[in-house]
Amino acid sequence: MLNTFDILETIRMIQDECLDIRTITMGISLLDCIDPDIDKACAKVYDKITSKAQDLVRTGEQIEKEYGIPIVNKRISVTPIAMLAAACPEQNPVKFARALQKAADTCGVNFLGGYSALVHKGFSAGDMALIQSIPEALAETSNVCSSVNVGSTRSGINMDAVALMGRIVREAAEKTADRQCIAPAKLVVFCNAVEDNPFMAGAFHGVGEPDCEIHVGVSGPGVVRSAIAKYPDASIDELADVIKKTAFKITRMGQLVGARASKMLNVPFGIVDLSLAPTPAVGDSVAHILEGMGLECCGTHGTTACLALLNDAVKKGGVMASSNVGGLSGAFIPVSEDAGMIHAAQNGTLCLEKLEAMTAVCSVGLDMIVVPGDIPAESISGIIADECAIGMVNNKTTAVRLIPAIGKQVGDMLEFGGLLGSGPVMAINPKSCEKFISRGGRIPAPMHSIKN
Amino acid sequence: MRAVITVIGKDTVGILHKVSGICASHNVNVIEVTQSVMQDMFAMIMMVDISRISTDFSVLSDEMTALGKSQNLDIHCMHEDIFNSMHEI
Repeated sequence: MLNTFDILETIRMIQDECLDIRTITMGISLLDCIDPDIDKACAKVYDKITSKAQDLVRTGEQIEKEYGIPIVNKRISVTPIAMLAAACPEQNPVKFARALQKAADTCGVNFLGGYSALVHKGFSAGDMALIQSIPEALAETSNVCSSVNVGSTRSGINMDAVALMGRIVREAAEKTADRQCIAPAKLVVFCNAVEDNPFMAGAFHGVGEPDCEIHVGVSGPGVVRSAIAKYPDASIDELADVIKKTAFKITRMGQLVGARASKMLNVPFGIVDLSLAPTPAVGDSVAHILEGMGLECCGTHGTTACLALLNDAVKKGGVMASSNVGGLSGAFIPVSEDAGMIHAAQNGTLCLEKLEAMTAVCSVGLDMIVVPGDIPAESISGIIADECAIGMVNNKTTAVRLIPAIGKQVGDMLEFGGLLGSGPVMAINPKSCEKFISRGGRIPAPMHSIKN
Repeated sequence: MRAVITVIGKDTVGILHKVSGICASHNVNVIEVTQSVMQDMFAMIMMVDISRISTDFSVLSDEMTALGKSQNLDIHCMHEDIFNSMHEI
């Protein structure tokens, strides 16, 4: 039976604490669109996406009204395009990016992810051409997102791909230097990428997924922060309990919305990704949760421990609330998208090395970090390699989304606007790792990958 | 099927009348109302039956939001499932 307190609590969460459904993401398989004629393949891609997702945005808006809960983004993820590009080796894969952009425009979605390649053990047909076309594709399109998986716990790290991605990230930034270097903000380099991630820029529709399905990504850092603010003197285990209870409520809402969307669209329900995803809005920051636990500023000593506690409690609370939890699930720490992180980076408390440590316990990795424009491609590769090593050894997803700010130095800012926010240029280590990166080859999989 | 309508704001003449008027015009039956006025602040929670609603639920929701805006009140109209799912195991 409903009581007044519960009703008002829900309304307060939505109205004052920025609780929202971050995204409804429709995963669409494009395997049946493969064609040796790239123009035919592009036409099939456009037709399939626009027919499957034609009602996605309208359905999302209807659910928003029905439950009174904002659904911030409606998105689409597709089969990694490298698999389609493999069938037409002589052609420029950017044509696919244009077709995806056209489909995104027709459907009215905010982002479309899947201009991707999976090369964790090596390059197969189509992979190299697709990766090399990423800067052009991201510069030409506005809503298409790209990702490349360069490592996994089972296969090790493809260092040739890591070296290549350093150059690609730089090139993408250079191509959009006149537009706040926006292209690399839509490009994620993964280790242990997941196949059912609804969050951008790293979403793609894995080959093991069904033809079409609906995923939901919930958010709610503001709700967790207000919940722990009510217990200023609680012990750590009491704090973990408060976070678990809050995560349960948030995830239940995601489950409800996902189930409803799946029924309305007549598409199977995939997963709920119970991530705490911050936005630049006041009161929607993960850094402020950590500060609420007792840190003077995010990035100081104790930050990694607080984040580990938060990430674990979010998962534990959320798991019981949903029939299928998947995606990345945990706490995101994107610097430019989080008011508290931006502040901590600006005042020098949060540095790249601390963020790297935090990625060992958060749900993903080095996210939306702006680095000086003169960063060598090899240093970007070195950062990617470090991050992949953390993911590979710890059996978790890690990712790198770095934005080289062409023409800017430490202390300057890049302004992306919207959910992507604004990022201060952060210092990197000036010493070179060029020799290591130029060796090429593969870092072997760790001992614990041999599980069978 | 039921929905919850909440109204919070400064107390004025005829709030309940206007909200229930919109409900009646869409064939929505009011099941239960709790309201309290503290000093001059008005808070009402109304449980309504929407199983015989004559229009789309989003129309009712839009009209309530519009009423809230015009009267300077905070009105939410939400399907009861969201409360049930969040607060019950």
